[in-house]
Amino acid sequence: MEPRIQIVSVVASGLLLLGVLELVRQRRLLERYAILWLFSALVLMGVAISSQVLETIAELVGIIYPPNALFLVAFGFVMLLLLHFSIAVSRLADQSKVLAQRLALLEERQGRAEATLDESPTAPLEQTVR
Amino acid sequence: MARIGRYLAVIPAYNESETVVGVIRSLRRHAPSFDVLVVDDGSTDDTGPLAEQAGACVLRLPYNVGIGGAVQSGFTFALDNGYERMVQVDADGQHMPEEIAVLADVMDRDPAVDLVCGSRFLSDNGYPAPISRRTGIHIFAFLLSKIVGQPVSDPTSGFRLYNRRGIALFARDYPHDYPEVEAVLMVHFHRLTMREVPVRMLERGGGESSIGGSGKSAYYMIKTLLAIFVGLARRRPVVEPGDDAPVRTGYGF
Repeated sequence: MEPRIQIVSVVASGLLLLGVLELVRQRRLLERYAILWLFSALVLMGVAISSQVLETIAELVGIIYPPNALFLVAFGFVMLLLLHFSIAVSRLADQSKVLAQRLALLEERQGRAEATLDESPTAPLEQTVR
Repeated sequence: MARIGRYLAVIPAYNESETVVGVIRSLRRHAPSFDVLVVDDGSTDDTGPLAEQAGACVLRLPYNVGIGGAVQSGFTFALDNGYERMVQVDADGQHMPEEIAVLADVMDRDPAVDLVCGSRFLSDNGYPAPISRRTGIHIFAFLLSKIVGQPVSDPTSGFRLYNRRGIALFARDYPHDYPEVEAVLMVHFHRLTMREVPVRMLERGGGESSIGGSGKSAYYMIKTLLAIFVGLARRRPVVEPGDDAPVRTGYGF
């Protein structure tokens, strides 16, 4: 592999690795979401350093110019990360729906409790809430 | 249930209907000075109603937030309601409420102690755990002992007693998933005092552990190791009053 490509890809994956670690350190990225990023960066770096692995991958899938295999590996990880985020977003959407519903129920219950309290201020709270 | 006491027992429970009632009964018998709070972490079975029937106060989380978030709602509850001490007890019957007295005794004798942790490995009691899990625990124990400069034998134990300072710290900031190991680190960085005492632990009565199959175990190991080492690189590992929020939205992103 041409040394320039190798240097660029090693430096780029190294920067990614450090960037992700720094985000975790600053508490702007949860470990839960950092792990896949770190794994991607490590594998990309490994593939970029060892041109032999890259050539083997290129030969396996029929890529004539080995550095192009780097794009294939990187693309695979990008797809994986996107899917990971789609799953996370789906979970968050579901959770915020549940939260909104619970909040609405709570407000309704509180409004009812206050209304009954206004009608008969002497009634014990226990009965009005039930 | 009346909330009059000064001590609180928190039971985080996710689908533990088989065992939670037994744990609550045992707590009321063996640790009657503790009010009982069950944090129902979005269970899909009848853990919550059963706990309520058994006389516990129940916080019902609207969906499963994981063990860290569940226990943290216990800390917040304890802080808001002015409890002086809080003990965390697993819902699966692993921890024995009669041994809370052992934990409390350490705190009674030395008021400087902020956290007392029940350890399975301080006495030779043949804790029935698979070898893989014990190896993982011992790796964390070794690392933590080196970092905090005092022997830590069982950093994954969830059987812990906290005083007001411990409650306040963790109500503010508690790790998300698999929090126990990181919590030991936070206690150290925040200059709180921790002690371990030998306790017996039983095999799980039923249900499923939060540290499940082998895929989860691998995630547990990697996540915790990452948290330990990144935690070491933080200038201030724990959020103090007036600092930025624990998880920030950031600038411009």
